Amino acid sequence: MSNTIYTMAELAAEGRSPEILFWVGCAGSYDARAQRVTLAFSKILQAAGIEFAILGNEEQCTGDPARRAGNEFIFQMLALQNIQTLEGYGVKKIVTACPHCFNTLKNEYPALGGHYEVIHHTQLLQQLIADGRIRLQGGGDFKGKKITYHDSCYLGRINGIYEAPRDVLKALDADLIEMKRCKTNGLCCGAGGAQMWKEDEPGKQRINIERAEEALSTGATVVASNCPFCLTMMQDGIKAKEKQDEVMTFDLAELVLNHLEKTNP
Amino acid sequence: MIQQIAFFLVAALAVGAAARPFLKIRRNILLGQPESITGNSAERWKNVLLIAFGQQKMLKRWIPAVLHFFIYAAFVITQVELLEIFVDGLAGTHRFFQPSLGGFYLFVISFIEVLSILALLATLAFLVRRNVLQIPRFQMPELKGWPFRDANIILFLEIFLIFFILLMNSADMALHGNTYGFAVSQWISPLWAGTSETVLHTMERVGWWGHFLVVLGFLNYLPYSKHLHIILAFPNTYYAKLSPRGEMENMPAIMNEVRSMLGMESQSQSDGAELPEFGANDVAALSWKNLMDAFSCTECGRCTAVCPANLTGKKLSPRKIVMDIRDRAEEVGRKIDSGDPQFAKDAALPLSASNFQDGKSLFDRIRPEEIHACTTCNACVEACPVLINPLDPILKLRRYEILTLSQGPSDWLPMFNSMENSGSAWAMAVDRDQWRKG
Repeated sequence: MSNTIYTMAELAAEGRSPEILFWVGCAGSYDARAQRVTLAFSKILQAAGIEFAILGNEEQCTGDPARRAGNEFIFQMLALQNIQTLEGYGVKKIVTACPHCFNTLKNEYPALGGHYEVIHHTQLLQQLIADGRIRLQGGGDFKGKKITYHDSCYLGRINGIYEAPRDVLKALDADLIEMKRCKTNGLCCGAGGAQMWKEDEPGKQRINIERAEEALSTGATVVASNCPFCLTMMQDGIKAKEKQDEVMTFDLAELVLNHLEKTNP
Repeated sequence: MIQQIAFFLVAALAVGAAARPFLKIRRNILLGQPESITGNSAERWKNVLLIAFGQQKMLKRWIPAVLHFFIYAAFVITQVELLEIFVDGLAGTHRFFQPSLGGFYLFVISFIEVLSILALLATLAFLVRRNVLQIPRFQMPELKGWPFRDANIILFLEIFLIFFILLMNSADMALHGNTYGFAVSQWISPLWAGTSETVLHTMERVGWWGHFLVVLGFLNYLPYSKHLHIILAFPNTYYAKLSPRGEMENMPAIMNEVRSMLGMESQSQSDGAELPEFGANDVAALSWKNLMDAFSCTECGRCTAVCPANLTGKKLSPRKIVMDIRDRAEEVGRKIDSGDPQFAKDAALPLSASNFQDGKSLFDRIRPEEIHACTTCNACVEACPVLINPLDPILKLRRYEILTLSQGPSDWLPMFNSMENSGSAWAMAVDRDQWRKG
């Protein structure tokens, strides 16, 4: 099994095309914390023997934050160029670890002429576990550990995906403790709608603090999420409550990889 | 005969008087832009049945759900009695359905009476919730003044409706030797013992007319009240969008502009006309569905109670946005009706949604910090019991601010610049795939 991660261009030069494109996204590419998730998910794909590739420098932001900020010009510019790139490689299937990229590729690109089968990485992880393509050892690091799961808005309420990530957590043998506001009632981390790129409007407190307090109140020692922005927000919130030494925040891919390495050395 | 004529005149007058404001609401909704309603009508009827008729979304909060259901069920079933009042009133009969329905009539009226008592208890509980308990979603600034009084007026009118129906039934029972056996009135009618027939007859008439007049009053009050949701909940759930929740409406004009800018073939030729305004700053630029949403709102505040921005003390309240849109639509409608040429863009033409300017807009009611606080999390959309979408107009206001005014939070400028220049949400000096190189 090769450890090299190829771009579509590199594979195309060899006349190959992968079964799935891994859409990395801006956070997954540039944010130090999210890069670790990108690497973890890549390693899982390799362990499962899935042929995949990334776009590398040919990938651009999907345009989600620009569109939600109200800047349709920039959204269209990025989206139309991305669609052109994807068309150039004849991409049919995309997986991404970012629910914002997921939503835009899946729900917004069709109106601009881009039609793909798009899945979120937690859905693929669930499939790989269910199909036995990756095996997790029960009774590992997370056995009996209290984990709480934060539904991102763009995966959960907006796209109705609640069970895939929870199935993955079940496979980890962890003790899942739900927050009071979960699934359709999940509370936003505060980053969506381009809030990630601006200061909060005046108010009593930051949204991520409110959410971190709720996560901490479950008594869980791990906060699992499925979104690079939620990950940052939850981590910052927990830090602000000075609990970063007791409570860890992870993406589901990191949790799965952690288990994979223990069982498949 | 005199009663029949009086009944006919009163009913015709009241219905006629109500028609005008209802037509105005229709006109005010149609101030908005066309929005094509596409998709499966079976799916739409399912929404009407489950969400409007079945009150599915109310169940998220079960105490108000149960209380509201009592009032709703009583309202629906009482239509049978109202129908009989109409028949009796016009034909001069007394309890027209009684002989033909027999035992079933007893069941229906008893059912109405039992539900009326449950509705009465619910109404009292709602009055306590509104006026005594400090429930956060009923204490917010947008509910001060008229919305607060409106809510109480509705509850008092409901008490009157129930009072009159029980007055009528119990007096009528006493008048007929307590033979009807109505479930609730049989416990009230003994209180009439010893009352003369004339008084009983008068009381029965007071109850009958009283109930009927309050119904007509309600009908005339609806167009001015949040209570309009009892009608608009049905069309509003039918017309709610079926496309994916995460899809923001595409802007083909901008798409085509960008396509030709990028040297791609444009799907339609730009006709060289001046660029339209993008997004919305006023009701005429919103869609008619946005405005129907606004008129369907019963100000319950479930949207605001789950809004992450509002929960953390920001000024944004989705309910306030929806109420502001409705109030502005009413203001524009009133000014158009005034016929005052000072509101015309072109004084030679009659006032209309497109030939209207009063120097005001939604931005006189909604401050930028409200729309800037939204995280687009869709909690408000999920929460609304009648499928109002408060997010859609918020995003249209943002589009207007950015695309037409070139304003908006200055924090977003570096993000826009970076996206435009380097295709990334952050300006970084390294390759996008640096992470794979370790």
